[in-house]
Amino acid sequence: MSSRTIAGPAKGWEYVIGLEVHTELKTVTKLFCGCPNAFGEEPNTSICPVCLGLPGSLPVMNAQAVDFAIRVGLALNATIQRSQFHRKNYFYPDMPKDFQISQYDVPINAHGRLELPSGAVIGIERAHLEEDTGKLVHRGGHGRIESAEYSLIDYNRSGVPLLEIVSAPDIRDPDEAKEYVGELRSILVAVGASDGRMEEGSLRVDANVSVRPIGETTFRTRVEIKNLNSLRSLTRALEYEGRRQVQLYEDGETMLQQTRFWDEARSVTGALRIKEEANDYRYFPEPDLPPVAPDPSLIEERRSQLPELLSARRAQLYALVPDLRSDLRETVIADACWPYLRAALDAGITPSRAVARCANELTALLAEIDALSPERFVEILGLEDQGTLGASQAKILLREANDDAKPIGDLVVKLGFTANDASAIQAMVAEVINSCPEEWARYRDGDEKVAGFLLGQVMRQHGRQISGADARNALVALREEAHSDES
Amino acid sequence: MNDEILDWGIAELQRRLDDRQVSTVEVLGAYEEQIAIQEPEVEAFLALDLESAKDVARQQDGRRARGEKLGRLAGVPIALKDNLCTMAFPTTAASKILEGWVPPYDATVVERLRRDDGIMLGKTNLDEFAMGSSTENSAYKITHNPHDLERVPGGSSGGSAAAVASRMALVALGSDTGGSIRQPAALTGVVGFKPTYGRVSRYGLLAFASSLDQIGPLAGTVEDAAIVAECIMGHDPRDATSLQEGSPRLVEVLGEGVQGLRVGLVTNLLATASPQVKTGVNDAIATLVKAGATVDEITLEELEFGLAAYYVVAPAEASSNLARYDGVRYGLREPGATVEEMMIATRTKGFGPEVKRRIMLGTYALSAGYYDAFYVTAQRVRTLVRAAFSRAYTSFDLLIAPTSPTTAFRIGERSDDPVEMYRSDVCTIPSNLSGDPAISVPARTDDDGLPIGVQLLGPALSEPLLFRAASVIEEGLR
Repeated sequence: MSSRTIAGPAKGWEYVIGLEVHTELKTVTKLFCGCPNAFGEEPNTSICPVCLGLPGSLPVMNAQAVDFAIRVGLALNATIQRSQFHRKNYFYPDMPKDFQISQYDVPINAHGRLELPSGAVIGIERAHLEEDTGKLVHRGGHGRIESAEYSLIDYNRSGVPLLEIVSAPDIRDPDEAKEYVGELRSILVAVGASDGRMEEGSLRVDANVSVRPIGETTFRTRVEIKNLNSLRSLTRALEYEGRRQVQLYEDGETMLQQTRFWDEARSVTGALRIKEEANDYRYFPEPDLPPVAPDPSLIEERRSQLPELLSARRAQLYALVPDLRSDLRETVIADACWPYLRAALDAGITPSRAVARCANELTALLAEIDALSPERFVEILGLEDQGTLGASQAKILLREANDDAKPIGDLVVKLGFTANDASAIQAMVAEVINSCPEEWARYRDGDEKVAGFLLGQVMRQHGRQISGADARNALVALREEAHSDES
Repeated sequence: MNDEILDWGIAELQRRLDDRQVSTVEVLGAYEEQIAIQEPEVEAFLALDLESAKDVARQQDGRRARGEKLGRLAGVPIALKDNLCTMAFPTTAASKILEGWVPPYDATVVERLRRDDGIMLGKTNLDEFAMGSSTENSAYKITHNPHDLERVPGGSSGGSAAAVASRMALVALGSDTGGSIRQPAALTGVVGFKPTYGRVSRYGLLAFASSLDQIGPLAGTVEDAAIVAECIMGHDPRDATSLQEGSPRLVEVLGEGVQGLRVGLVTNLLATASPQVKTGVNDAIATLVKAGATVDEITLEELEFGLAAYYVVAPAEASSNLARYDGVRYGLREPGATVEEMMIATRTKGFGPEVKRRIMLGTYALSAGYYDAFYVTAQRVRTLVRAAFSRAYTSFDLLIAPTSPTTAFRIGERSDDPVEMYRSDVCTIPSNLSGDPAISVPARTDDDGLPIGVQLLGPALSEPLLFRAASVIEEGLR
């Protein structure tokens, strides 16, 4: 596969980046109670004693969340293990129990990896389950808790299941970070665990970043950046932070391990919650929840049901069309396109033709896809592969086969593409040159300029049935026939 | 008539109600009169609603008159420890931080009692958040032992124990984290039962130490305790630690005796007891032997380490469980310039000294750098306690020990020495650490007329056996 050029934060420096991606799992109900897991409801309507953390309430594990976590773990080639929930204790007004139920030293998924389109492989340290907090809205001041006049809390989000996917510090530049999030997002969507909507907060990214001189093998002090709400914020924040850190080192200053936030408006990172650096979360096993021991038969069942991932499609395609441009490749392996391409490849259609029709004609039709099923798509490409249809005929027929659900054979007749083998095309061209004997004679004697006129005549009469290339081939063939007749 | 009504156990009461010898309204009337006499002196209740109780009594009489079949607890006046969530009463855990808080839901045990037509009188006093052994740590009042008003009723379920002992309620529910049902039962002369961990749903119990807490009944007789236990035990999908087992049949096995049963006397627990308590335990043993059981001695030294382990694990869990009382959504809120200051001011004012002490102990035990030395070590000791019990149960069916080393002590006597107070839990704590069931049965009184409690301990799910043996002791010492 293609490799990328790594861009460092400054000449002679490189980034060391690890990402923590929090994804909301699209379970029917919340992680520990029966409240609907819904987005965009009226504030504080999807709540109960459990997700409000009322005195006396107890959490009960949502089996669907475990199922989703297993699917993600399998897709990330992780080890799925018996896991334990812990309490992460700290006081914050959006957290109704003042502790978060999360997984700590024994997460459900450990030691996975994710292959990027570039071919780079990023290690996954863990992917663990935890509950989301309520949502704080600060009124007055600058919309931050320190300066607000008052704050509102919406507990609809409280207890929504999150899967936190922690990468190894294997990412080496901001574009690679973006590529990682994009690839991870496609996996989460493919296995049905998340809707992957960053703008609705169902995918949230924190980045751990440090820099070091190229060649250095140890890690330097890292900074955690929060509040990265889009891929654009992610790359910009990493670039800013990389430059800032290099500058600090070059100025001989000390790097502090701290949490910073990305200020989108000012395009800078700023220090956050200095006090929390001293936080001791006092983790201990959650006594209200027994360990989660996934059933091995469920794991095997989910493994067998795992959808085909982009990395697998990429590998299959690479084997057939090794020199494919990466943008075309990413287009045709996308979910919308892939069933058509896969069907065509399975049917033995020439791979380059299958890719070209997918990337161009099919992609143009995808927004309004109707009667063009993968089977019909393959049938048309098969006709083209056999030479029964010319290229332009095939393109016309693809659109027609989407608009009109009649059998392909009927559509071929309807479009008048029936007389389309080589002899039939020759007959059509012969008919035209018979009506232009002078021009034919000049062409036959070697005047190439007349070819255009003759082909124009052919296309005017038969253009819907045959392609220009086919017509030219037939014309050339007829001239050769005439010469051999003379000799 | 009223005094006679107060003498009836649940079965007798049901029979009289079925035979129309008495109405439910009359029963409630008798208890109302008793409460009017006793409560000003005993001070067992934090909330009482006799009008609502009498409304329910009238409805039940109506249903009975229409020929409807009523539940097993029909007409039974019940008191609930005030750490059980009730929509009908405020639920405060005897803490200022929850003053006036009315839960929007009922605890599972409350639902089950109501399903069986039990009549809730009110909520009883306790040590704040169930932290204590005397009910002196309540933020609202001190409950007095009905046998001697100068003495404590034990704790933390002291209000429930005193209410049953003074016959203001026929039965009561308590919670037991380190002996909080059994010890007050012993000190007030009633039966107190802590089921196997997971037998009774904790949903709606204000958590103190989640891995140790169990709800159970306090009652005047072993049979009444058995009836209430049957009503509240059994799986609850709202508690993930709830056992799958259904409620065991206890009442029907009460008469089966102890012939051939092997009982182990835990000598090192007996050694903690005062001479008079020892005599009470020996009297109980004599009844078992007379009924055909064999009793032999066994020493389980690990059980004594349980005390130290308990005072790490319980505060650790409590420090986390009590974090939610932060002034944000319910209960007390003290103003502060920032959220953090508000939380600090609220918790400073809302919690009493014992609760603060345990939050600090627990926070310390879970802190980075101390976690392994304290919390992890305590969990290892817990494993040792379990192993000691397992060893004992290879030779014995049940164990016997004192419930409390002493009879009821004077109010204020131990308030200045928390460690001495903690020591009074040494005989009850091991069952909480192991999760096994135990029951305290009255065994005569000391020279001052104060009740002595004897404790029977059994392996997990051995409730039927425990109740059979308890019944024999009750019978033998009557």
